[in-house]
Amino acid sequence: MAELTYRDAVAQGIAQEMERDEDVVFLGEDIGAAGGVFKATVGLLDQFGPTRVRDTPIAEQAILGTAMGAAMVGLKPIAEIMFSDFFAVCWDIVANEIAKTRYMTNGQVSLPLVIRTANGGGLRFGAQHSQSIENWAMMIPGLKVVAPSSPADVKGLLAAAIRDPDPVIFFEHKALYPVKGEVPDGEYVDKLGEAKVLVQGDDLTIVALANMVPRAVEAAQRLKDEHGIHATVVDLRSLVPLDTQTIFREVSKTGRLFTVEENPRLCGWGAEISSLVSEELFWDLDAPITRITTPHIPLPAADHLEDMTIPSVDRITDRILKSLG
Amino acid sequence: MAKKPTRKNDDIGEDIRLALYRTQQEVRQVEKRAYDLFLQNMIKGTSHLCIGQEAIAAGFGVAMKPGDWSFCTYRGHGHTLARGASMTGVLGELMGRDCGLLGGKGGSMHLTDVTKGAMGSYAIIGAHLPIAMGAAWKAQYKKTGEVSVCFFGDGTTNIGAFHEAVSMSAVWKLPVVFVCENNLYMEYTAIGDVTPVKNPAADRASAYGLPSIIVDGNDADAVYRVAQEAFAKARAGDGPSLIECKTYRHHGHSRADPGKYRPDAEVKEWIAKDPIPFYRQRMLDFGISEEAIKTIEDDVAKAVNAATEESKNAPPPSEDLILKDVWADGGWAWRN
Repeated sequence: MAELTYRDAVAQGIAQEMERDEDVVFLGEDIGAAGGVFKATVGLLDQFGPTRVRDTPIAEQAILGTAMGAAMVGLKPIAEIMFSDFFAVCWDIVANEIAKTRYMTNGQVSLPLVIRTANGGGLRFGAQHSQSIENWAMMIPGLKVVAPSSPADVKGLLAAAIRDPDPVIFFEHKALYPVKGEVPDGEYVDKLGEAKVLVQGDDLTIVALANMVPRAVEAAQRLKDEHGIHATVVDLRSLVPLDTQTIFREVSKTGRLFTVEENPRLCGWGAEISSLVSEELFWDLDAPITRITTPHIPLPAADHLEDMTIPSVDRITDRILKSLG
Repeated sequence: MAKKPTRKNDDIGEDIRLALYRTQQEVRQVEKRAYDLFLQNMIKGTSHLCIGQEAIAAGFGVAMKPGDWSFCTYRGHGHTLARGASMTGVLGELMGRDCGLLGGKGGSMHLTDVTKGAMGSYAIIGAHLPIAMGAAWKAQYKKTGEVSVCFFGDGTTNIGAFHEAVSMSAVWKLPVVFVCENNLYMEYTAIGDVTPVKNPAADRASAYGLPSIIVDGNDADAVYRVAQEAFAKARAGDGPSLIECKTYRHHGHSRADPGKYRPDAEVKEWIAKDPIPFYRQRMLDFGISEEAIKTIEDDVAKAVNAATEESKNAPPPSEDLILKDVWADGGWAWRN
């Protein structure tokens, strides 16, 4: 084990896969010579050269179309969309082309590709560089959706995504890039579609994703230390495939479910989980499900305002205490 | 039997010329059959015929090598046939039968036959230009010599993806050939009314450091020659080409469109320039016998009839297909 930052784990995960498989190629804006605007891809150009690690113009449709075409003929491209907000300018390629082509062609076409992107708020970038858009991707049939919360998961899930034969949207949380954690040395590959139980408790279950995971863990600690309440925390890690077995198992043990979502409220992933639990686990519930989300607004920029908007440890704790009465 | 060419300086040659004519006949006769099947309500949904534009599909289709990749639009029946996809596969798909190229899951606008290098028909304007680049990137990276060919209409030259793709292909020097089929109408609107330059593709080429290339898209020989030049450039590592083919669709934009917005005189002028009788006459001028030409026409007619019957008699697609092939494991599961 070595201690790495979340951003270094990105580069390590990519390097691991590019070393073992020459079909893996990487393209995006400022990813090569500049090492990425978040410095998550430093060193890859030097290690693999400009034919495999390729800087592009500011042209998101060209980037994702190129990734798709390359995947169609046998490469395993990784494309970077610098900020997830920019998916809005290339959504045709994602939603109409990449997601649907295998199905429409009756299985003639395989698209083993990964689109990495910096997602989420907390850096005071305002409404067009801070969104959590994982639910946009989740609602399109044909896309796998992954969002790691720790450096180890970045390396392992990124490797799994690159090896996966289907298109994967890989949401890195930009507020987590400087966070450090233990990462397994050597070749390390995780599995897509498995949630992880990070904290075990008998009183209630919190389900969280990406940057909401460390906040949920901290809230669980506070509930335990200050109120004697024991929470389970489930890190979803992947929205598609969705590990409903782990969610159901943990919710059925406690009878109470809280989702913590950074996305604005309407059609957030928590709504789907809430619906599934209501349909399939209703008689195991002791209380209504509570969704803790960003309000249904564009994100404000000022630090004070942004902090009031995205679910915080305080808000998570308070909301849970209020629900428990 | 075919006679020797009577004209001199024939750079195309009889074999290629017969192939060009056969492909044009195949496309024309399948499209006419598709039109008839619509009227009989055997084909549902929409469809975009390329009657009048066959010389482009034939010229590029014959010039391409088996390993090359082609990408086309929803007006793609001709381009798919020109790569060697089966008529039964095409007509069966249009008719929603299990013998269709896509098992009935794609329909008229998405014909694809990967085994023939026909890498798909794309129904969102502009999307496939960047996608064609990706295949070209592989050929460049692996140094395997394939060319990626991308067909699109004049209307595509006004969408962002066109500019992103041509620009980045030029920067990356990709072996990709962009082919604009300028049939004068984006859909129901004349391209000249919505485009700031006279030649929608060719006049934009200089913005990407590419030469301006215009070709008579109704002359299969001319198209074949320009294709050969562009492919040689691409295979030599000298980068992309942007080619504008002037042509005309004889029908409206799609099934729903009788094309009444077009002046009668213009339609008449272009019907007179129909690529197929034109090419037939050229073959006769080059000494190819009426008999050889007629044999091609009859062979194709028989093949179209057989494909029609085969498709009509084929069962509808199996219901199992509905939940198949969202993922590479063949399934559709999004949860455990």
